[in-house]
Amino acid sequence: MKTVKIGLGTCGISAGGEKVYKAFQEELNQHAGAFNLKETGCIGMCYREVLVEVSNGDGSAHMYGEVTPDRVGRIVEEDIVGDATIDEWLVSGEGREVGFFDKQQRIVLRNCGIIDPGSIDEYVEKGGYQGARRALTQMTPEQVIDEVIKSGLRGRGGGGFPTGTKWKFTRGAPGDKKYIICNADEGDPGAFMDRSILEGDPSAVLEGMIIAAYAIGAVEAYVYCRAEYPKAIARLRQAIAQAKKNGFLGDNIFGTDFSFNIKIKEGAGAFVCGEETALIASIEGKRGMPRFRPPFPAQSGLWASPTNINNVETYANVPWIILNGGDRFAAYGTEDSKGTKVFAMAGKVARTGLVEVPMGVTINEIIFDVCGGIIDNKQFKAVQMGGPSGGCIPAAMCDIQIDYQQINKTGAIMGSGGLVVMDENTCMVDVAKFFLTFTQAESCGKCTFCRIGTKRMLEILERITAGEGTMEDLDNLNELSEQIKAASLCGLGQGAPNPVLTTMKHFREEYEAHIKDKKCPAHVCSALLTYTINEKCTGCTVCATACPTDAIFGARKAVHMVDQNKCIKCGKCFTVCRFDAVVKD
Amino acid sequence: MAEQTAEKFKTFNVDLWKYDGQAGALIPLLQSAQDTYGYISEKAIDYISHITGIPSADIYGVVTFYAQFRTKPLGKYVIKVCNGTACHVNGAKNITDTINDELNIDYEETSDDGSFSLLSVACIGCCSLAPVILINDETYGRLTPAKLRKVLRSYKQRVKKEAQTEAG
Repeated sequence: MKTVKIGLGTCGISAGGEKVYKAFQEELNQHAGAFNLKETGCIGMCYREVLVEVSNGDGSAHMYGEVTPDRVGRIVEEDIVGDATIDEWLVSGEGREVGFFDKQQRIVLRNCGIIDPGSIDEYVEKGGYQGARRALTQMTPEQVIDEVIKSGLRGRGGGGFPTGTKWKFTRGAPGDKKYIICNADEGDPGAFMDRSILEGDPSAVLEGMIIAAYAIGAVEAYVYCRAEYPKAIARLRQAIAQAKKNGFLGDNIFGTDFSFNIKIKEGAGAFVCGEETALIASIEGKRGMPRFRPPFPAQSGLWASPTNINNVETYANVPWIILNGGDRFAAYGTEDSKGTKVFAMAGKVARTGLVEVPMGVTINEIIFDVCGGIIDNKQFKAVQMGGPSGGCIPAAMCDIQIDYQQINKTGAIMGSGGLVVMDENTCMVDVAKFFLTFTQAESCGKCTFCRIGTKRMLEILERITAGEGTMEDLDNLNELSEQIKAASLCGLGQGAPNPVLTTMKHFREEYEAHIKDKKCPAHVCSALLTYTINEKCTGCTVCATACPTDAIFGARKAVHMVDQNKCIKCGKCFTVCRFDAVVKD
Repeated sequence: MAEQTAEKFKTFNVDLWKYDGQAGALIPLLQSAQDTYGYISEKAIDYISHITGIPSADIYGVVTFYAQFRTKPLGKYVIKVCNGTACHVNGAKNITDTINDELNIDYEETSDDGSFSLLSVACIGCCSLAPVILINDETYGRLTPAKLRKVLRSYKQRVKKEAQTEAG
């Protein structure tokens, strides 16, 4: 019998996945027993959601993209009942979506978009909990740690600290009670890797935590997940309950004397809580403010006990490493960076979504080979990596490999995996301002330089984008950046100047254009634009009606004009014109 | 009104506190309170202080630290504008301007009749649909100012009808 699987990650639901699911359910009522209906997580092709996979009894499968409820009837009738695929709606199969999966290597995302995340049985069928079983029944904690060290796995949350070494510290720290924390407080704008993993394969994260707990000798764990991820939290709760029922969590796991439990803590909306000491304060019920390190959480963390914190993607790698061996993991990647990395692709790239590539592929390969290049074939300008603490890498440097060291050299960071692609229509000063607005708002206020320094930097950027900047402002930005980096306790403050520094380094001419020529080359900063109307104007008067200041004049059916003295540069005329007659420069 | 409030307090899960018995449960307790009333009132803070023994001022400090907690009620229709990176580069600013213009409210504000509240969110996770807004739980994607105006006007109509039904 055929099986219909519908992608119901947040991306699928936002695109209308639940309505499609319901439509299939109604069809199923009419054609009782004609097919199995299942849901799954995100397979990564967010740009083609809603995705529906139809698999035949023999294991072959094909996938439809951009499915809407009114397409469901035809799919059931022609494909499921009639056995003929509807070629024009296919995303997979001959000649379609060439290359999206070719350069990918799926370790973390091995089950995402494939299994039903609500079913622990499907996870177990795919080899789930075999890694934990091996670790607990056949290995000593030291052997587990050695295997993880051998794999070369480094923290995927952004820090890049070697995971095995961290575990070793926590294991070696004196203390009766030790904790494990999973940092699922993914907050970088443009990053959604962890959410998709939790929604698509929550059990893999739990299994990784069980193995880590065994290795360091912890008895209790927390998953700290942002409250903005309700679906991920629901999936986690379900997976924890099922794991308890199956004896993977609780007392005497796999018949050993190892007992372990996992609880969920919902975050309450504070970006700084992604920093480990702030996260711990938040779990303890306090304002989530970072504290001085040392002592590191490995020595004194939650309730002053030794605590190991890793992020979602890091834990999701662990079961695979234990099951397949550290050597196999280390076979992927470069000298410095092993394994794979998941990236959330957003911005001006043709295929937005989730990709997992082995370390060592180049940024260009990800953008052009995997993700199909830039939308509308525009000029590729830069990528932003690492979110608000990261930086922009110009197109000319994008032949570098995905590798912690090589990326750091550009001034950006690997970060947690947000990769925002920018084209010729993106203003780099505006991008710097965007990220600084974010960090400025999220600064917890503890360190003066972060609290006030970012505010001053933001004011300077606002001046520059308003056409009121001076060349001296650029020096001030540099100076403030150095001070904020030096005098902030945590990564939020230390990283906050990075978007500004990297854009100033690689796109200085754009800053100068804003300051000296009072022009925004990408036509983004509205105060620096001049709106004019060209001969394409048909005199339809739509713009004149839309203009809030009556700055547009002209007779009906004649080319209109803009009175520059009255124009407030709101851009309304540009958005309403249907003839491309309004030009901004 | 006061009686009503006291009655209502019983409905949120104060047991969260008893189970854990440690300070860490303060945030879940506040979340439960907000789920019940839609916001954290001064009275709720005093009540939580009474249960937990944590000074009201400390609780207020926690409430104001986290973006999730509100000290004022929200409107009937909550509009969340995504200001994540993808939406930003795809024109979230135009979307915000259009809402400001059409409903006359800015971020963190509620319209005078209590119908609409406007919030900014970092990323709602459907970057492929950028720019995106949420009105309560309904997603509206690939918006243009013109498309958005239509959506907002349909909600205004709905509000008007609801008011009429209530009055009639």
